Amino acid sequence: MNYWPLMGIALVVIGFALRFNPLLVVVGAAVATGLLAGLDPAQVVEALGKAFNDNRYISVTWIILPVIGLLERYGLQQRARAVIEGVRGATMGKLLVIYLGFRQITAALGMKDIGGHPQAVRPLVAPMAEAAAEKSHGSLAEDEREQVKAMAAATDNVGLFFGEDIFFAIASILLIQGVFESAGYPLTPLQLSVWAIPTAICAFIIHGWRITALDRGLGQRRRSTRA
Amino acid sequence: MITYEWLYWLAGAFFAGWAVLSLRDGRIGNSAFWGVLAASFFLGSHLSDFANGVLVLALVAIAGTGAIKRSAPATTTPEERSDYSARLGNRLFAPALIVPVTAVAGTLLYNYTPLEQTGLFEARRETLILFGIGVLLALAAGMAWLRPPLLAPAEEGRRLIDSIGWAAILPQMLAALGAVFALAGVGDIIGGLAGGVIPQGSIFLTVVVFALGMALFTIIMGNAFAAFPVMAAAIGIPLLVETYGGNPAVIGAVGMLAGFCGTLLTPMAANFNIVPAALLELKDQNAVIRQQIGTAIPLLLCNIVIIYVGAFLLWN
Repeated sequence: MNYWPLMGIALVVIGFALRFNPLLVVVGAAVATGLLAGLDPAQVVEALGKAFNDNRYISVTWIILPVIGLLERYGLQQRARAVIEGVRGATMGKLLVIYLGFRQITAALGMKDIGGHPQAVRPLVAPMAEAAAEKSHGSLAEDEREQVKAMAAATDNVGLFFGEDIFFAIASILLIQGVFESAGYPLTPLQLSVWAIPTAICAFIIHGWRITALDRGLGQRRRSTRA
Repeated sequence: MITYEWLYWLAGAFFAGWAVLSLRDGRIGNSAFWGVLAASFFLGSHLSDFANGVLVLALVAIAGTGAIKRSAPATTTPEERSDYSARLGNRLFAPALIVPVTAVAGTLLYNYTPLEQTGLFEARRETLILFGIGVLLALAAGMAWLRPPLLAPAEEGRRLIDSIGWAAILPQMLAALGAVFALAGVGDIIGGLAGGVIPQGSIFLTVVVFALGMALFTIIMGNAFAAFPVMAAAIGIPLLVETYGGNPAVIGAVGMLAGFCGTLLTPMAANFNIVPAALLELKDQNAVIRQQIGTAIPLLLCNIVIIYVGAFLLWN
């Protein structure tokens, strides 16, 4: 058996790990895999061209950008911030759990650019979480402050990652569809995206529990040092 | 019958529009990239495989030279946006909701009523086609309601697509890589190898290896999308689907999410994990990852259970 085509897999891993331009890495790996499997260079270009062409539907998702951009022009990001600011006065735990749910739901509805670290976490979610924690627990030590801010950023990531795949017209779902279709297993986007729901629920429960545990932990630390 | 070809013309028109606007803005690299992509969408179905391959190489060449830059088309100021946001309120979310509602409600309506017999849409393609229709409806609603300058949606879209840059076609390129792997027989080779390593017939252990492999490759590469064609070709398709007869939809969807657990754990995913630590001026650049470990690991275990139950116990 000819094991050389496996070099393509190694090339992808090494190329990404070394931070080369990912498009160059992917095409390089495809060309190497084809050549090592015994195709001649023209056949490799043909195979790549056919495969890219057959998977055009994956990039169709970007046609949503003018809609999102237009709404941003009229303050969509500011509106999202106003919604988050609406929970002012909540405890840190409650605030971040609400933000987690908000981020998961909006991402599941195709608005994954609502939120994000530069737009929402730095100007809004992290300072609000910090202020809420200080209100409940008094002034925070340096390491506690870091934990709360880092948890705010982590909450944004978890909410996005485990919400966005419920939206069917997203690159990751269509990439899955493309890979399985090339292998002879035609699937529909909705068939795939409903299976993102169980994990989304687990993510909400697990991360939500950890957020409240952090909030509780800050309180316990104080009670035990005072005692 | 409405087919994907219609959708390709629609997307081609958007990409061509961005190419023209980029050219007008003096951004030759961006214009060339979106222009070649538009050509692929308009002409791809009529070109030879070789010509399509040349388009791919051209796209990669433009991206590889770093010719695609962010752009800053004229838009509203932050103050104006705050005013609009206060005035328009939560109704601002409504046009964005038109898209998923059209696609999901449309798909259900089409599949569970006699509409399906009309054969209006290409089989299994209705959701994405309805997504395209939803986008057009949302644009029309937004234009009628907000009355922006005519070119505003195109320019705002260009601002966003240029901030994504070459990464916009990475998923499509990775799917193409998956197809080349399949053609080169990568799955058969690994299926043969892994059959010798993983105890014969242990479906659960194979699921564990698949999910851990997705997470591990993602940790090394910093990108679950890149890990996916690799692990699908290696274990997902040859072993879980073909040898053990698992449900491909669960294996694909939840396998990707197992990869996302890896994304939470790696400094290689700098945009999500390292950049925020810098933005928040944290002393420890891995502080965000530290907060994510306690979520990522139990969630990875959940994903293993979901694949095992959903793709095998419930399926067979």
